[in-house]
Amino acid sequence: MMIKESYTVVQGDMTAAGDVSAKIKRQMKRLGIPTTIMRRVSVCTYEAEINLVIHAYGGTIDFEITAENILVRVRDNGPGIPDLDKAMTEGFSTASNEVRNMGFGAGMGLPNMKRNADEFTITSEVGVGTDISMKFNI
Amino acid sequence: MSETYYHSVWLDKQKCKGCTTCLKRCPTEAIRIRNNRASILHDRCIDCGECIKVCDSHAKTALTDPLDSIKRFKYAIALPAPTLYAQFQGVHKPEPIIASLFRLGFDDVFEVARAAEIVSHAIAQAIEKEDRERPIISSACPAIVRLIQVNFPSLLDNVMDFISPMEAAAKIAKEEFAKKHGVDIADVGAFFISPCAAKMTAVKVPIGLEKSYVDGVIAIKDVYTAMRAFMKEGFDPLEIDRASVVGIKWAVPGGEVKAVGIKSSLCVDGIENVMNVLEGIENARFRDLTYFEGLACVNGCLGGPLTVENSFVAKNRLRSVMNHTEQKTVEKREVFDSAYDTLRMTRELEPNNSLQMGGTMKERLARIERIDRMTESLPGFDCGSCGSPTCRALAEDIENGFATELNCVFRLNDRINALAAEMVSLGASTRFNTLQDTARLKEMQEELSKDDDEAV
Repeated sequence: MMIKESYTVVQGDMTAAGDVSAKIKRQMKRLGIPTTIMRRVSVCTYEAEINLVIHAYGGTIDFEITAENILVRVRDNGPGIPDLDKAMTEGFSTASNEVRNMGFGAGMGLPNMKRNADEFTITSEVGVGTDISMKFNI
Repeated sequence: MSETYYHSVWLDKQKCKGCTTCLKRCPTEAIRIRNNRASILHDRCIDCGECIKVCDSHAKTALTDPLDSIKRFKYAIALPAPTLYAQFQGVHKPEPIIASLFRLGFDDVFEVARAAEIVSHAIAQAIEKEDRERPIISSACPAIVRLIQVNFPSLLDNVMDFISPMEAAAKIAKEEFAKKHGVDIADVGAFFISPCAAKMTAVKVPIGLEKSYVDGVIAIKDVYTAMRAFMKEGFDPLEIDRASVVGIKWAVPGGEVKAVGIKSSLCVDGIENVMNVLEGIENARFRDLTYFEGLACVNGCLGGPLTVENSFVAKNRLRSVMNHTEQKTVEKREVFDSAYDTLRMTRELEPNNSLQMGGTMKERLARIERIDRMTESLPGFDCGSCGSPTCRALAEDIENGFATELNCVFRLNDRINALAAEMVSLGASTRFNTLQDTARLKEMQEELSKDDDEAV
């Protein structure tokens, strides 16, 4: 038995940013996912969603809950990250001033996701896109 | 067990007309309209009083204690919320208000604003000394604490574990009175003069305590007229320990964080806004925030459902009251030193799991799946006509056996149209029709199918 959901996130639509992670959080609360795990998943999905809006040309978030674990897969169609090591460093950000003025782009996104997930893999190719998989054990 | 779900907020069924006003405003989706009347889901209600404020029929009220109840005790102490000082037009200082509380029959008055100063002192010490989960969330507003228990259980560790100024006032007032007059503390009753329905619940089902120190809660609106009358008669000088503007300011949003004296703090009023902040805290978005004061009512306690005065007028008047209050800074006595140890909660705050599904994880997953499918099949207008606040909530109610699909007026309409079409076609197929009837029936059938197309 599992719950599987797929959401599309639109590039640049800051007014809708956070909607997907809010929906996912609501599901977790209804399911009674232990609160510490729920918070970690929330932090990661929120960061991922914001990344899709700000940095990528939009993308998708796939979300899957089983009795054992929670899987979050975040995919976009570019532009891709040129230097992954740098992007995984805390404080590094390429966000525009406009976005920073809205309180985003502190360079905490990817490192924060890695820290909060039990398993974290990221692949990225310039011109193709970025693919992040996160696993959380229940 | 019924104690667990005691509620101050209740419904006067005679006055309720079954509209959807309160349904749509309840922050915890604790209201349903069934049989043309609202009903409250007691396990979810947090007594915030939003429904009391929005109900045009005044069908929602709060149960509080009558003034007469102070006679249960040999000695009764009034604990006025600082909000009380802003209720009386033309009265710009606390003295006549406090004096009129004595006239109501109380033997003593202990200002809750005074207790607020003591609690503020303890909170400041805790923030300085302890390594706590940040941001620390104030425990002063009982509706917000309950909101966290129901909707944000992951934040319970962030809630400050001191009792509220109301509880602190009752505790200190009774101890001091018994000592001063050499009487048995069991003979002393403490009564909160309250702007707030949730405070009544917090006395019956205490927050962080086994038993409340408060013996009764009296609504400001219930004593307003009598106090007003006494105030016209003048009063003798007061001989009680007085609060300063620092404590009185707790009635206004931001008063608490000011009194505690933390720079990186945030105060937000209005329950919807507070929910936004709590969402943000859950998503780890408030990284440099030390202290959060969240108040369920717009304008804080001044906007409480049991007040008399328009909360904006009250806010303006309280400023004037504070200007006319002689004591500008907190005068610390021995009681401040011990507060850090003696005003702690003695019972852990438990999550309220009423929003969660029951059963094993597998069963819960299956149920959520069914609810998702049902939600998809509903129109998604969240109109509330079915009696549930949203289509999603109706889907949950159907899953839980409290409603059926046909509670949805749009689904019902579809069903009626389908049945009508079937009846028409049945009618058309009998051999007893005249030619004229058949033509008319055909016309009706066409009309119905046209309606269907439009509906799509």
